[in-house]
Amino acid sequence: MTKILIRGAKVLGGEPQDVLIDGETIEAVGSDLSAEGAQVIEAEGQVLLPGLVDLHTHLREPGREDSETVLTGTKAAAKGGWTAVHAMANTFPVADTAGVVEQVWRLGRESGYCDVQPVGAVTVGLEGKQLAELGAMHESAAGVMVFSDDGKCVDDAVIMRRALEYVKAFDGVVAQHAQEPRLTEGAQMNEGVVSAELGLGGWPAVAEESIIARDVLLAEHVGSRVHICHLSTAGSVEIVRWAKSKGIDVTAEVTPHHLLLTDELVRSYNPVYKVNPPLRTEADVMALREALADGTIDIIATDHAPHPREDKDCEWAAAAMGMVGLETALSVVQHTMVDTGLLDWAGVAERMSANPAKIGRLNGHGRPVSAGEPANLTLVDPAYRGAVDPAGFASRSRNTPYEGRELPGRVTHTFLRGRATVVDGKLA
Amino acid sequence: MMRHLISAADLTRDDAVLILDTAEEMARVADRPIKKLPTLRGRTVVNLFFEDSTRTRISFEAAEKRLSADVINFTAKGSSVSKGESLKDTAQTLEAMGVDAVVIRHGASGAPYTLANSGWIDAAVINAGDGTHQHPTQALLDAFTMRRRLVGRDEGLGQDLAGRRITLVGDVLHSRVARSNVDLLHTLGAEVTLVAPPTLLPVGMDNWPCEVSYDLDRVLAKSDAVMMLRVQRERMNAAFFPTEREYARRYGLDGERMAKMPEHAIVMHPGPMVRGMEITAEVADSDRCTAIEQVANGVSIRMAVLYLLLGGNEPAVTHARTEESK
Repeated sequence: MTKILIRGAKVLGGEPQDVLIDGETIEAVGSDLSAEGAQVIEAEGQVLLPGLVDLHTHLREPGREDSETVLTGTKAAAKGGWTAVHAMANTFPVADTAGVVEQVWRLGRESGYCDVQPVGAVTVGLEGKQLAELGAMHESAAGVMVFSDDGKCVDDAVIMRRALEYVKAFDGVVAQHAQEPRLTEGAQMNEGVVSAELGLGGWPAVAEESIIARDVLLAEHVGSRVHICHLSTAGSVEIVRWAKSKGIDVTAEVTPHHLLLTDELVRSYNPVYKVNPPLRTEADVMALREALADGTIDIIATDHAPHPREDKDCEWAAAAMGMVGLETALSVVQHTMVDTGLLDWAGVAERMSANPAKIGRLNGHGRPVSAGEPANLTLVDPAYRGAVDPAGFASRSRNTPYEGRELPGRVTHTFLRGRATVVDGKLA
Repeated sequence: MMRHLISAADLTRDDAVLILDTAEEMARVADRPIKKLPTLRGRTVVNLFFEDSTRTRISFEAAEKRLSADVINFTAKGSSVSKGESLKDTAQTLEAMGVDAVVIRHGASGAPYTLANSGWIDAAVINAGDGTHQHPTQALLDAFTMRRRLVGRDEGLGQDLAGRRITLVGDVLHSRVARSNVDLLHTLGAEVTLVAPPTLLPVGMDNWPCEVSYDLDRVLAKSDAVMMLRVQRERMNAAFFPTEREYARRYGLDGERMAKMPEHAIVMHPGPMVRGMEITAEVADSDRCTAIEQVANGVSIRMAVLYLLLGGNEPAVTHARTEESK
């Protein structure tokens, strides 16, 4: 087996150390490790993190291969430093049976760039009416642990209650897309000052917060854990903070774009800023950053949502919602959380690797960088500065809100079980 | 002048007064036996209507024809999505045909802005109403009507609407007319009050340059003009108000309420009116109601806007197509 010596990397942002990979495992972490028989990567000044784990990715396959495939999506993931992604269930057909989740899981294994852990739909066809065969998806080769109707809210309180209860049998978790549907009919952007002026249908914060409030109470009542997707408002943060203080088993995620962008950008009517949940206000952005720093929000998840050009090259109302995010996430997190002093690299590792792996009960990922652990690793050059150029994306889609924006940090190497998937910033 | 007219908020006070003054000149053309000017001869204007609006379209068409422009009417029923062709493809098709100006009406807020700023087309873009966003020529013709009635036809030249108290009543939430009027009237120095049930006012309007009241009777005596906005009956089904009767009782303008207005005050309506809902026939047909005048003034305003954007006094800012932009 090949040996790789990563020399002088700041492990989790700490003191420079050498890390020796042998085969699929980390053999040693220490100073002045012998380079004998090993390929050496000089990593002075770079930060070594455990491979990133995304709990919320849209890979689009099967059904929308024009926007992304498992192969292109996992290439994009590897470039962004991810070693595992959770593929959301809103495909065509919907991932609501063992057959579909096994297909996605198998495509992920064949890609080889990144582990793909399918998410199963909570309800048949994401219609919110009848539970999908959650047990069958769990028992399938894909071993589904996370269930979500993401893109749609499980808005029926009884269905949500039953789902929360049912998955307890195998320690699964329901990831809720919190959006009260009646309050968001025709919604086009955050409801507030900007929507009032632009005359675009409002997506009020209360539509998210009311569902989160209901679901944490349901989780408490039935003694289940619940995960909240893409928190976007200061009010949602307050509810999750309260729930955690009561001992309710709730976890929450925030996307990179909700840590940086606000609804002021919608004034351009550029659909690249159209996303669900929508971009909120500066006050929401600051509350989300603070909550991520203090642990109220457990993880960062991309909600990577590829769309073909024609779905964004149009008037706002006709455009699809969503942004790609796998290849820019770490840079946005460095920019908003690390460079601002809110979070150190160990904190980033926790929120982008250890915590999501734990919520998804994903074995072999999110582990410490120490001897004997699987060699899932990401090497980042935090000193890098550069403008985002979508032409260089590995993703099949280009719908990034950061085109031309200068962001810090660059993933130089990604290792999946000891094998380099990215070398010097390029796919291996 | 600017190159496009997308939002009333983009107009300065001087821009707006220039448009109103120019419209007065244009209005005189309407008094001639031959109601035509050669100004836009050889220029092509397309009326690109993604939403049905016979009134606005024929008003623009009349204005374009009086300025001798070549007029193309392009009516695309339904949205670009349901039609299958994108706004981009439609725009590029028109560009290829060499149009000089596009008058666009679209159900999606921001579509004219996107058309003007996307690089899809090089023509001047005039917003003829987009979703619940803006309808700038409507606001201009309303201001023109107010200036004529409240200041005077000749006395008004060069003047704005400083200190005039204007009340807008009705469905502000879904109204591009209301948004455009608030912006323009504020720019022209008027004091604006919006009156509506709280359900028909948008969340997030606290910073708008106007007052808000839920009580029509309290503001009538302090109004120089009262503009009634159309209220669609279907709003009732979405629980914006309980019944048509209750809406009419609380926010409709009838003879009794009109009597509370000052002697000189006018009643305005952008049309089409829903008689018995927001306005009674008695008020609609009274000589204080300017609804028909507004229609006539609409042609003059649209002539002025087209003239200033396309053929105005400074040819340098008009639409000159360069080689590289082709």
